[in-house]
Amino acid sequence: MNREFTEALKNEFGTNILDAVTSRNETYLTVKKEANVKICDHIYHHLDIPLISIFATDERKKDGCFKVHYVFSIGKGDAFVIIKINIDGKSPRYNSITHKIAAANWYEREIQDMFGLLPVGHPDPRRLVHFEDWPDGVYPLRKDFDIKTKPPRVEGEYVYRRVEGEGVYEIPVGPVHAGVIEPGHFRFSVAGEPIINLEIRHFYTHKGVEKLFENISLDKAVFLAERISGDNSAAHAVAFCQAVERIAGIDIPARAKYIRVVLLELERVYNHLGDIAGIATDVAFAMGAAHANRLKEEILQLNEKVTGSRMLRGMNAIGGVRRDIGDKKDEILLKLSEIQHDFRELIEYLMAIPSLVDRIETTGRIYNDTAKGLHVVGPAARASGIDRDMRRDHAYAAYPEFNFKVPVQKAGDVNARTLVRADEVCESIGLIEQALWSLPDGDIKINIGEIPDGYALGYTEAPRGETLYWVMIENNRIVRCKVRDPSFCNWLAIEYAVLDNIVPDFPIVNKSLSLSYSGNDM
Amino acid sequence: MTVEDEVEIMGQRLNSRIKNIFGRSLHIREVDAGSCNACEVEVNSLSNPIYDIERFGIHIVASPRHADMLLVTGPVTRNMELALLKTYNATPSPKLVAAMGSCACNGGIFGDTYASGGGVDKFIPVDVYIPGCPPRPQAVIFGIMVAIDKLAQKIKKTEVNP
Ligand code: SF4
Repeated sequence: MNREFTEALKNEFGTNILDAVTSRNETYLTVKKEANVKICDHIYHHLDIPLISIFATDERKKDGCFKVHYVFSIGKGDAFVIIKINIDGKSPRYNSITHKIAAANWYEREIQDMFGLLPVGHPDPRRLVHFEDWPDGVYPLRKDFDIKTKPPRVEGEYVYRRVEGEGVYEIPVGPVHAGVIEPGHFRFSVAGEPIINLEIRHFYTHKGVEKLFENISLDKAVFLAERISGDNSAAHAVAFCQAVERIAGIDIPARAKYIRVVLLELERVYNHLGDIAGIATDVAFAMGAAHANRLKEEILQLNEKVTGSRMLRGMNAIGGVRRDIGDKKDEILLKLSEIQHDFRELIEYLMAIPSLVDRIETTGRIYNDTAKGLHVVGPAARASGIDRDMRRDHAYAAYPEFNFKVPVQKAGDVNARTLVRADEVCESIGLIEQALWSLPDGDIKINIGEIPDGYALGYTEAPRGETLYWVMIENNRIVRCKVRDPSFCNWLAIEYAVLDNIVPDFPIVNKSLSLSYSGNDM
Repeated sequence: MTVEDEVEIMGQRLNSRIKNIFGRSLHIREVDAGSCNACEVEVNSLSNPIYDIERFGIHIVASPRHADMLLVTGPVTRNMELALLKTYNATPSPKLVAAMGSCACNGGIFGDTYASGGGVDKFIPVDVYIPGCPPRPQAVIFGIMVAIDKLAQKIKKTEVNP
């Protein structure tokens, strides 16, 4: 797959392609800096291949250049194509692709803030990660920035988009919200009840995670990955470990792969139950919420019994898993069959209540082309008719061994997202059962010692959608770890989902997208 | 002992303390000062039907102006510092502050960096520290109890005998 693809691109773009390296399912094509827009546009629009991440590295020590990587994912054939450009450290500018590919918007602004690389021609070149009080010319992910530096606060102003007209007024919300949720700022422009514009402003919880990865040991890095988006701990940890394992070129024991599937699916089940509870809460249906929350709590307690942690933490390690769960098999199976029974009943009951369905049907619609254009991922994408799932398209761990369906809906509204989640809960329970029934014997972890220099992608389908890591290791230390949480993609979509909805429906739309602030801000 | 029994016993103790010191109920405002969201998951767990802390007289309120206590999570990021201070100042005195989770206690894994402040007590006075990553709901209930005892002492100290 990769070879054909590279040949086709070479024919199309000739000398613009400087170099091609393939390892595993990743092909890295270094192209001329000036050709980035042309080539990315061709891959994205002409070949119809989604752009799933953009990130930079600071390799000035080696060759005086920054590099920008564009990651494309070919689902059919399980391949990744990474277009790479070199940017001279002395003139850190390159052409923006956002006017061609809307999904590039935040990535380019993030790179601008963290590396100081200017995307020339970006339609909205405001800051993204840093606030107005951050001084100019200070870029945390450059190698010459020390993580302990505390840049002074300076005067500055953040300009929001303004919507003007008779009867239009603004509602600012956050960062501290009324509910127990993470901090972020929302600015609504409304005319009466309907929302005519929403601007979100995030990065309140920016904790310098990517820089931190470069300053800690590999073992500790797994713990950090678990704490990027707390309720997706397992998905992040597995994605990170897989990246490192791919660099090391090792295959972990089969038993560990099966256990990872169990952990990842337990995580999906409790997250989806929580989201369904949240939707019931936000339509003021307390009883439905109580039922769903009770089921979620049962999974959290099961997690604790099986792994020692309600959030499934401390289980994954580079080379496998740290604790066997084989002796808890029957307990897990029994509990899950009870939960599945109760859950089915609950969903039937919820979906038969007209006042609930009325609130969620046609609410918060994300149209298929919007979802595609912004590269929305996870249940939100599948509810808008995008049939993508990393577990199937870029299968990892033990997923190729199991049967499962990827539920897809067309409507793109809150109702569709709820139905997708409900179906996924049942599929997940099915996956856990398959994994436990056929749990292979053997070790749960292999020691890998020194890790050779290199780089690789690691990825999982987290409850929120595709989670992507790109790790680069030199001398057994991380020199770059790019994390792309699914929420980083999906936050952009909420600005579209709320249009023409009324303000009181915003919480439901927000909940139905189940967005992580911490995973986004890092 | 099941979780339910544990919670029942702790809850009764909590309830009697709240009655003694506050008369009826304790109002808590939660502030996420840059957590990873797992601490929020556990704060939300406190309201699920298993723990259901409302029945012991604890309300999670929407505004700091209604709160007796702030429950702060996260290491206090550079970008949340101002919001945390504003929330603290908006809370009427006497007030309690509980730092929930390793991050809030001392920065945790995020430490003290360009973006992370290294713990809540660097910015506002903290009355109790609830360790854990995240702390289990039982630990949070216990932490709240310790905080209430502290308030009782605080009030005694400031009382003037006639
Ligand atoms: S203490 Fe742990 S669980 Fe809580 S916010 Fe910090 S990292 Fe997350």
